[in-house]
Order: sequence, then structure tokens, then C-alpha cells
Amino acid sequence: MRVIKPTGTPLTFTFDGVQYRGVEGDTLASALLANGVKLVGRSFKYHRPRGIVTAGSEEPNALVTIGTGPSQEPNVRATTVQLFNGLEARSQNAWPSLKRDAMAVNDLAAPFLSAGFYYKTFMWPKAFWEKLYEPIIRRAAGLGALSGEANSDTYEKAFAHCDVLVIGAGPAGLMAALTAGRAGADVIVADEDAVMGGRLLAETFDVDGQAGADWAADAVAELAAMPNVRLMPRTTVTGAYDQGTFGALEEVSRHVPRSDAPRECFWRITAKRSILCAGALERPIAFPNNDRPGIMMASAVRAYLNRWGVAPGKAVTIFANNDDAHRTAVDLMDAGVKVAGVIDSRADVAALGDYPLYTSGAVIGTKGRHALDSITITHAGGTRELRTDCLAMSGGWNPTVHLTCHMNGRPQWDDAIQSFVPVEGAIPGMVVAGAANGQMSTAACLQSGAQAACAVATELGLSPVADVPSAEDDPYRIEPLWQVDGKGRKWIDFQNDVHVKDIKLSAQENFRSVEHMKRYTTQGMATDQGKSSNVVALAVLADATGRGIPETGTTTFRPPYVPVSIAAMGAGSQGHGFAPKRLTTSHHASVARGAPMIEAGLWYRPSYFPHPGEATWLESCNREVGYVRNAVGVCDVSTLGKIDIQGPDAAAFLDFVYCNTFSTLKENRVRYGLMLREDGHVMDDGTTARLGADHYVMTTTTAAAGQVMTHLDWVSQALRPDLDVRFASVTEQWAQFAVAGPQARELLNSVLDDAVDGDAWPFMSCGPVSIGGVKGRLFRISFSGEHAYELAVPSRYGASLFRLLTAQAEALGGGAYGMEALNVLRIEKGFITHAEIHGRVTAFDIGFDRMVSQKKDCVGNAASRRPGLLEAERPQLVGLKAVDPKDKITAGAHLFVEGADPVSANDQGYVSSVCWSPTLGSHIGLGFVADGPNRMGEHIVAVDHVRGVRTLVEVCHPVQFDPEGERTRG
Amino acid sequence: MARLIATTPCAGLLPLAIGSVTVTEVDAGPVTLIAPYDGAQKATSDALKAAVGVGFPAPNRTLGQTQGKRPRIVWCGMGQAVLMGADCPDLPQAAVVDQSDAWAIVRIDGADAAAVLARLTPIDLRDSQFKRGHTARTLVAHMTVSVTRVGAQTYEVMAMRSMAGTLVHDLEQAAKNVAARAALA
Repeated sequence: MRVIKPTGTPLTFTFDGVQYRGVEGDTLASALLANGVKLVGRSFKYHRPRGIVTAGSEEPNALVTIGTGPSQEPNVRATTVQLFNGLEARSQNAWPSLKRDAMAVNDLAAPFLSAGFYYKTFMWPKAFWEKLYEPIIRRAAGLGALSGEANSDTYEKAFAHCDVLVIGAGPAGLMAALTAGRAGADVIVADEDAVMGGRLLAETFDVDGQAGADWAADAVAELAAMPNVRLMPRTTVTGAYDQGTFGALEEVSRHVPRSDAPRECFWRITAKRSILCAGALERPIAFPNNDRPGIMMASAVRAYLNRWGVAPGKAVTIFANNDDAHRTAVDLMDAGVKVAGVIDSRADVAALGDYPLYTSGAVIGTKGRHALDSITITHAGGTRELRTDCLAMSGGWNPTVHLTCHMNGRPQWDDAIQSFVPVEGAIPGMVVAGAANGQMSTAACLQSGAQAACAVATELGLSPVADVPSAEDDPYRIEPLWQVDGKGRKWIDFQNDVHVKDIKLSAQENFRSVEHMKRYTTQGMATDQGKSSNVVALAVLADATGRGIPETGTTTFRPPYVPVSIAAMGAGSQGHGFAPKRLTTSHHASVARGAPMIEAGLWYRPSYFPHPGEATWLESCNREVGYVRNAVGVCDVSTLGKIDIQGPDAAAFLDFVYCNTFSTLKENRVRYGLMLREDGHVMDDGTTARLGADHYVMTTTTAAAGQVMTHLDWVSQALRPDLDVRFASVTEQWAQFAVAGPQARELLNSVLDDAVDGDAWPFMSCGPVSIGGVKGRLFRISFSGEHAYELAVPSRYGASLFRLLTAQAEALGGGAYGMEALNVLRIEKGFITHAEIHGRVTAFDIGFDRMVSQKKDCVGNAASRRPGLLEAERPQLVGLKAVDPKDKITAGAHLFVEGADPVSANDQGYVSSVCWSPTLGSHIGLGFVADGPNRMGEHIVAVDHVRGVRTLVEVCHPVQFDPEGERTRG
Repeated sequence: MARLIATTPCAGLLPLAIGSVTVTEVDAGPVTLIAPYDGAQKATSDALKAAVGVGFPAPNRTLGQTQGKRPRIVWCGMGQAVLMGADCPDLPQAAVVDQSDAWAIVRIDGADAAAVLARLTPIDLRDSQFKRGHTARTLVAHMTVSVTRVGAQTYEVMAMRSMAGTLVHDLEQAAKNVAARAALA
């Protein structure tokens, strides 16, 4: 009910399909209350009717779903949703309707559904849990749901930096920001609310003789005018991390009907200093049936009244253990709302105004199915019933210490305010001020905000001045009151449906540690992380276990302070945004030819180039293999890592990182090299060319380029800083194309300015060439076993050269080939890739042990000689050939002696690479088999349990085509 | 004789103008990575200064003109700098590597240029910390890049040439977000 005429623009919105009116500045919660809507949701476990409890982000009950379709957003707290015209909100966890919720039968079964019920009941039979019990429980107990469609909204991530981060913009935060800002510090003020001011907006206090809300507005205006201050409203700091880094979630456009702007932004804010002014949260009292719609926090009642002009009831009662809550009665009466009584648990307390006061009082029962109707109280004068539709409760205030605990800080108990307060230095560089630090009057908050800012600004070398306005400085008088005896459940955690008896049961069953109690009862494990319930719960646990609250301690506060959507944290990473794409210079030409592009690390490479009439990839692949074996093929090999290595000690450096020798390589010659890890296993292989006396260019595999570069840095900086050598990646500088096949030289000579011949360009030679005046590099190397070259030009010419080479190749009866053909060509020749050198094999395993030179030391040399790494029983590289050429071999199959049971005890090795070889007319492969080199000709069975394939294969030499290598040299 | 046609890294991708920000491709002319050998940084710096007018820069700094194709040199890692806009002179005491085709270089210009970059890079871009002529090796989204401030509202980003498409896409999305935020106010 709106009791103060609103000034904002009228708005319409719907809740569960019913249209309501609100005004600009409303939250969904204030607008619902203004319309007299009290029932807003069903509880998680028992489906009890629930209403709005708070006016802030700590709200445990009023979770709603907003929006529809892909942008449907569940579990949004109605108290934090800013109203806009056309907002559609729906209640959750109720079917068929909020008022008649079928699952409310759970509440009748409550005696059986106590804490630990699921664990005890559904343990057996084991298989039933995942298939039967869990789905049923998940459907019954629940929150809102996503749409199931891909998210269509934009989200954002961003970084910010400042000298001073002020977290929270209540009286302490604004004062801290003003003081630091006036001193010239670079300040960011982050506040979760759309309007800054904190409790000043919700109370009737004066500051400096001005209404608190007006003072706050002036302060915000002054801050906004400072170039060194950045205001971040709607931004909740969610976590405190190392080195002054904070996570923060900003609601960017959730408060407007439609926008291209991101819905939320996840900020990482780095601050030299931070001032935590997060305020305090009022806590409930656990009295019987304290969860009916209409029972809410006293501070929330004041907020709805003073900020939004909404009275949550017509006859309000108040139940409290402290002076602060009495102001609720005064504010309500000033607004003309009836106060039916204030029930104070303390004996010695005076009324602040003309309202019925019940001292030594307690609420022992409540009535009303979908909304509060009446309460039963006991007090010094006896027991009575009061008619009331709104009960404002206050068990005192908990300083919002959460962020101070994110780096393992533990708050300490302060008996005077019956709450936990932060310890100093819990977060390096952070000072806590205001109510978050246990300052409970406005004057004290303003004072401590200014003080904190002065301390911080002075540390930053500035000269701050504390200019603190006057404000109320009433003492905060409180006597502990956590629970009230009586018939009925006394709810503590409204969101996870945990009540006093659950906690007592936990203690009784010896889950007495607060961390155990939390997990046993699920208290504090809902999306509100127990913001309202934690302290009450551990006070009840302390009582049940006969310990004090300080000894009982708190559970661990972890980030995030409020729920953060995965979409915000992963902003920009949906779909292809997950990783950068590396495209070769020939990419567009390959795509234009219809080539399916496959990922190789971050690179995209053509799988094959389909021709009209080809039904399968295999047909295309066979044709492309034919190009290389019979004419000439062209393949973009730019993705291989290319590392330029220069320096007086370049040769010595290469001798150290490769297991074979490169200092003896002649200029303009290329050598195959094998690199070991420090543990003696193979890291990578590739060719390295010597371009000059002190100048080499190394190639790596596509997959390991980054790893090898890192390794070289490591070796140079950590192992051999004595060697004067420099290296740089030139992968991106050069577009490089393989030209392979009997016609390779003819093709090359059609594009090179100066023709090459076999005498000047023998196998494994290299040198400069020129193409239309462009300086390139030519390497006579082969990964196909054919007469082949790799031609490199600066990348700007890559696209042009690829089109030129493929056109010329086509004129010679060949053409472009892709990864599938490349793979077949290398398997036919027994050339290895990372399918073979997968990290667990040694040089010995691949038959290259003799390459590990014993005349010099190299990385991994000693480790490669370890016992066990040089034994015949190790699976070693072999070729495999299907005994019946048409029988398919599958990669990943394991090898067994014929007739042996195909179980791991009999495992002889495995298949690493397979293909159909059009050249040999057979399915072939590479694999590793125990004592392989001595088993040539043996028949063995490849068993693929995953695909259900068994193939009889012959063990053969890895090089199955042209074993003499005549074609390569020809 | 065949004639090869040159293509720039961001061909078909740039320029972009979104909100107050423009993104354009930079033709930096010749780009050469220079890495002096042990103890040769001063000698290399002197030789460079004599030949092209800029020495070897300190870490996170650039030297020379930031506009046009005049020589400038950008620090780009431990003991390394990139000379742009001039042919590299003979430097016997340094490793010299042609990188003219290795980088996609884009310029982000406009009132919201820093705001756009703040969506993508973790470095502190505030005027007090990242002034004109300052440079950093850092990240833009998932990419390792070099970011240089070349003007009051102007920044240059060098990314791997093969990632030009992703770079432009990420900058475009960030600029759209910034512009859409401005439209909210």
C-alpha cells in the first residue's frame, strides 16, 4: 500500500501474468508491496508460502524469474530488480500456481523430511540415486530454470584500476569517497544499489541538518563532478583476491526494457587500497512460524516506507531485541500507519512514542495461510493475540564482513554489539569502516569513513582533511535473542528451509562443528549464502552444544558475495569466442574451394578439397594422395612453428636442445632434429636449416610450437645463460607451402625467377629464391616421401602464392591437398606426428635411439638412459598392415597375440595412426608393439573394445612405401 | 614472370567506426625485431641512433615519432625491441629478424578508445600510468599482444597476423558494448 504519493513516472509490469502499476524508482519488491502482493514465492524444500523479507541483495525468499525465451533469467531477487515499463516477472517453484501449489504436500510430510533425510533414506540401492531419487528430488525442490535455449544476450568483462576502491556508498562509504576524492586520490566507488546512499535513503536521519537522503544526493553529485572519482552504481563487489584485485558484478542494462548494451559486466578492479563500507545486515529471530508472508525485517519495513512510500501492512507489529527497531514504529506512525504493538524481549526499555509496548515479550505463534493475519505474544503482563498483517522483526545487525574473509580471514566476536566484526589486516591494503566495522550510529559511520580515507590517502602520499558532518549518535542497545520457544518450526535459513530443530538434530548426531552443521543441514548453502541466517544458526548451534558463540565460530565466507552468472564471467567466450582463431593466408582460398576446415591447436587447416561428384572425404583424400604420388600437390604448411635462432652460440645452443648435432650442419643445409624433455622422453621433432654461420631457422610441429618456444626460453634463461643466443618466432612472418610430387621441380620452376636443379638443390638443401622479385626461402625437404620442397614467402604474398601454385599444379595434373592426404602420405612413409610422440615415448621407442648423441650432452640425454627406458619389452614403433587389405584398422586399438584373451594383462601395444593407403591398396597403420623391431612379419590382433572392431594385422617396417627413399632423392 | 600480390593482415576487416571510436589498420613500413647480444645493448643503441635516429628503448617504452612512417622503436619483451618505419641498419652485435609480415597492427582512436581497451586488456591504462610512448606486452582478450599509447586518445595494438580476424572481432564487440552503454545514459 502506497502511503506517500509518489513523484516518479508511472510504470506497468506483470507478475505471474497479472498487470500491476508501479512508479519509476521502484524495485519489483516495492512495487509488489505497493500493490498489496504479499505472497511472492514458495520455499525450496517444503513449498511454504513466502513473502518479501528484506529490501536488499540479501533477500532469501523473493526469488523470481524475469524475461522470456533465451534471455529468461531465473532466481533474481525481487528486491534488486529495478522496475521498468513492461517488466515481466514470474514466481518460481510452484505448480500449477503460486496460491495452489501441488508440491505443498511436502510441508505435510515435513516430520519425515528433516535434515539428513535424503542422505539417510536414499543411500540404497546405489544405482537408484542417479536414475530415480535425484531427478525426483531435483524436480520437487527447486529454484527457477533457464530456458534451455542458447543465451542471446550480450555480457561483458572489463578491467578497472584505481588508488582507492570504496566498497559501498552508505554514510561511511560516501564520507570515505568524499575525503579521498577531495584529497586528490583516484577513487572508484562501487555500490550494489542503483542509487547511492545506503541506509541514508531508508532512514529519516538528518545529516548536517539536512535530510539524510538529500545529503547523500549532494555527496554523490559532488563526487560525480570530480574527475578523479568514478562512480559505479549497480555494481556489487563480489570477491577480494590477491594483490588488491577485486571482482565486481555490474548490472548494466537489466533495468531497461530493451538495449544492445550488455546485460551485466564482470569487472576486475585493481586498487592500491580499499575501504570496505559494506554496512550491516539485519538478522531475523527464530520464533515459531516466523516465515509467513508479511513477516519481514524491521529495517526493510523502514526502507519501503521511507524510500518508496510503501507501507507493507495496515496494522504493523514489531518484534525486537534492540532500540534501533523502535524507530520503525515512530516512522510508521509519522506516516499515518497503525502500529499494533512493539514486542521487545528486554525488560527495561521505554517506548519512543505513543505505541503499545510489550516488554519482556516474545512472539510465540503466527497465523495466516498466504499472508500474516495475527500473532500470539507473551510479555510481562501475560499472553495475548494481536491482529496484524505485517510483523517487523529485528534480532540485531550483522556487520557485512564477507569480503574481509575471502583471503582466509576470520571475523571476531564483539560482545557489545552481539555480532562478528572484521579483524584488522584480513585483506592487505583494506580498511573497514562504518557499520561493516561495527559502527552503529550515523555519526560513527561518517566519522569512521572519513578516518579510514584519511589513513589510506596519507599512505598514498596525499594530504587529506577530515570534514565530518554532524548526525545522530544514538547508542545501539541490544540484548541477545536468537530463538523463541513454542510450538511450530522456527525458521532460520528461509531460502534452504532450515529451522532450529534441524540444527539441534545436527548437534545431536554429532555434527557439532559449524562446518559440519552447515553441510548436514544445508544452512547457508543457498544462493543467498546465508547472509541473514548464518549468525542465528551458529548461535543456535552454540546453544545446542553448550559452547559460546566465539568458540563455535563461523563458517567460511567465500566469493562471490552475490550470485554471478556464468555468462558474465565467460563474457565474450561463447561459441567461437572461446579461443582466438589463427587463419593461414590461404584460408579464404581453401574455404572458397569448399574445404572443411579442421582445428589444429588454434589454427584452422583444410581437411580436404572436395571435387564435384565425390561423395565422401575418402574419395577426395585418395585423389589428393594421387596428386602427390603421381604429379604434384600443394599444401599450406605455414602453421608449423618457425623459430629464428641467431647468435655466436646458436650452434652450441642447438646441440644442447636437440639430441642430435647441429653444429656440424653445413650452411644452406637442413637436418631432421629430435628434441627431448628433461625427463628423457620425446618433446617434439622437426627440421632445422642453417641459413648462415650463426643463423638457423628451426621448425616445430604445429601443435608444439608454443611449447618449444617456451622450452627454448627456459633452456636459455635457466640452463644455459652462458650461451649468447637470441630467438624469435617467425611463424607469422612466413607463408610456407609444401610442393610435393614427381612434378614438384617443374611446378617450382614455373614460378621461380631462377630455376632450380638437382645438382644445386639436392635433398635437404635450402637457400634464398625469388618469385616475381619477392625474396623467399626454399627448403628441399619432404614429409611425403616424394621429391618435394617447401617454399616460403613473406605472409603478405601468401594468399597470392597459394593461388598461383595450385593453379600451376592443376595444369600439371595435380592440385591442392589437405590434412587427410597429408596424413596418409606420412603414414605410408612411417613419418611420426604427435599421434606417435604423444609424451610417453622415448627416442628408443621410435627407433631413434642412435640419434641421442653420446658425444655431447643435451636436455634429456641422461634421463633417457635410465633403466627401463631402453628395454626390448617396451612397445616400439612398427608399421601395421591389414592381413586382409580390406579390413579396417582403428586408431586406439590395442594389440594382442593371436588367440590371447584381449585383456590388459595380455596387452602387447597399441595402434597410434591408421589410414586407407590408396598407394598400397590396403588399410595400414603405425603402432607400438613390445619388442617390435624383432617381430616383423608376425600376425597380431588389433582389438578396439570401444568401437567393437577386431583386425588381424601384420607387423611390418614403419616405412611401407619406397623404403629405399629413392623417390625423395630423385 | 609471375607477380605476387600483397595482402595486408586486416584486408577486408578494417576500418571500423563505432560510437566515438575508430579502428584502422596501420602500415608501419618495415618492421624489424632487434635483440642485442650479451653486453651489446649500448653499442646497438648507438648504432641505431646514428643510422635511423632512435636508440634502443627502455623496458615498456618507445622512442621516435608515433605518427606516419617515420622511424620509431617499440620495446617488446626482455632484451627485444621492434624497429618500425625504417630499414634496419647493419647491426653486427644484435640478432635482427624481419617481422614486417608477422604482425597485424591496428590503431584505436577516439574519446572511448581507453574504455574499449579496458574491456579487453588487464593493464592499467590510466593517464597517470600509461602515457604517450608507453608500451606493454599484455593480453587483448585471449591474445598475447603489444599495446602502445601513441596519442591522448590513441592506442596501437600489435597481434599475431593470423589472429587479425579475432582481434578485429573482439575490438568491434567491445566498441559496440561501450557505444551501447553510452546510449543508455
